[in-house]
Amino acid sequence: MKISREDVVRVAELAYLDLSDTELETYRKQVDEILEYIEKLNELDTTSVEPMAQVLTDDQTADATLREDVEVPCHGAAELLKQAPDPEPPYFRVPKVIER
Amino acid sequence: MATNWTIDGVRESLVAKKISARELAGEHYKRIAARNPELNAFLALSEDRAYAQANRIDTMVAAGKPLPPLAGVPIAVKDVLSTRGVRTTCGSRILEHYVPPYDATAVERLEAAGAALLGKTNCDEFAMGSSNENSAYGPVLNPEATDRIPGGSSGGSAAAVAAGLAVASLGTDTGGSIRQPGAMCGVPAMMGSYGRVSRYGLIAFASSLDRIGPFANNVRDVATVLQVIAGRDPNDSTSTTAPVPDYRAEIEKPVAGLRIGIPKEYFGEGMDDGVRKKVEAGIEILKKLGCKMVEIQMPHTGYAIAVYYIIATAEASSNLARYDGVRYGLRVNDDSLLSMYRKTRGAGFGPEVKRRIVLGTYVLSAGYYDAYYLKGQKVRALIARDFRDAFLKVDAIVTPTSPVPAFKLGERTDDPLQMYLADIYTVTGSLAGIPGISVPCGKICGKLPVGLQIFGPAFREARVLQLAHAFEQAGGASV
Repeated sequence: MKISREDVVRVAELAYLDLSDTELETYRKQVDEILEYIEKLNELDTTSVEPMAQVLTDDQTADATLREDVEVPCHGAAELLKQAPDPEPPYFRVPKVIER
Repeated sequence: MATNWTIDGVRESLVAKKISARELAGEHYKRIAARNPELNAFLALSEDRAYAQANRIDTMVAAGKPLPPLAGVPIAVKDVLSTRGVRTTCGSRILEHYVPPYDATAVERLEAAGAALLGKTNCDEFAMGSSNENSAYGPVLNPEATDRIPGGSSGGSAAAVAAGLAVASLGTDTGGSIRQPGAMCGVPAMMGSYGRVSRYGLIAFASSLDRIGPFANNVRDVATVLQVIAGRDPNDSTSTTAPVPDYRAEIEKPVAGLRIGIPKEYFGEGMDDGVRKKVEAGIEILKKLGCKMVEIQMPHTGYAIAVYYIIATAEASSNLARYDGVRYGLRVNDDSLLSMYRKTRGAGFGPEVKRRIVLGTYVLSAGYYDAYYLKGQKVRALIARDFRDAFLKVDAIVTPTSPVPAFKLGERTDDPLQMYLADIYTVTGSLAGIPGISVPCGKICGKLPVGLQIFGPAFREARVLQLAHAFEQAGGASV
């Protein structure tokens, strides 16, 4: 077994994801099977291989240098706020974070 | 059954004043009204937008003005692409009521080229799936065989074009999500190189893999749409400045003499016999066109699914952290901020998304990062090297798109790993960043479409299209 129930509980906590008991067990079993499958990567010796962290090579990268950091107006702000579950323009309101 | 329009057909009919852009949009909405209740390919319609565009085009036609390349072409867009004022759900409950305040660059470019946006197409939730059964809004049915899945995750975009509900559509491909449904619904479908099409406004799944690309009724139309959406966009730093060739001119070039690699790893066990026969017959067509077949080896192919499900889920777990009930989408209220996050995400995401968040968070978590994520990135480099080495010897690589034809609804939903293995021939190209197309290659028993996949070196979309076009012209669709 690659992944325990405790591992799934810990991971769900890291991901802020509420999971029912049934979900915990289902995902544990399925993710375990996937991790077993992934084990096959250990057949390969990759000690001298550089990880592929970028898809585009340097000469394909659009911006050899970064753009200027210039302030530009953001026109969508009011419309975006309308999408919020609990807007208090110009803020997003959330449940109380700090106990005093 | 009414026949499917092509982009060239639309243009000729508009110019000859046989039909107006408004009538054409209306005809497509009629077809949608007739077939969508069954197929479930569309999640939202944007009539106002489509008819406003059609009116603009009709005014241009009346004034005898030159028409833009997609003038009056009714198109559909996968519901992971932002559309200003048109609901965009990503096939998820968590975005059920989300209305984007801006357009994705690809959508903006389609409309600037004259296309009429009919609406948004159904897909697997956040593009995670191979059968379209992971949509929170129900599965799409395959128009070629309605007891079967259309493929995924861009199932709605594939089905809409195959059923003649749209003349072309956009999908997104992370591990095969354009090419595989294209194959299963029997329409050409293309993923350009990583960096070829701007992803500004694409709601992210796995950022080192996600790409946008077209479905259409023929390869020329695919080329036309790719032409419009390709090219640098200052709003996406991963879009390249590499020049965009004239694809429509390039596809007419002869293919005789091109060397085509046939990797034996793509014809192994797990492949349906019917698919094998059709793809072998397809390869014979390419031989008759004067292409030279070269047997090649791509030794790391068998590791691609394992790599993909590390990298894609890791990136997804990070990208999907933004759905927290604060700024947009669903919120499930609770008395503390953290429990509000947990409840919102627990209620808003479906099973496949949760499974991938669990896996992705796990492979990135302390103590496991090196064993999984770093290892995955290293093997990804080996897979990319297989392609680079191959392209020193051959001009293109031909494989089946999917090992199996469209399967029956519900047939694989209980076994995620079996579902993942359906992407075995497409994920390799996704990991390597190269362009690929799926082009129709006959139907098994005259019913279930098979796709032939053509890969080319990075930024050689023109060559991929050229081969696909020649294959299609030589009768590839009816082998």
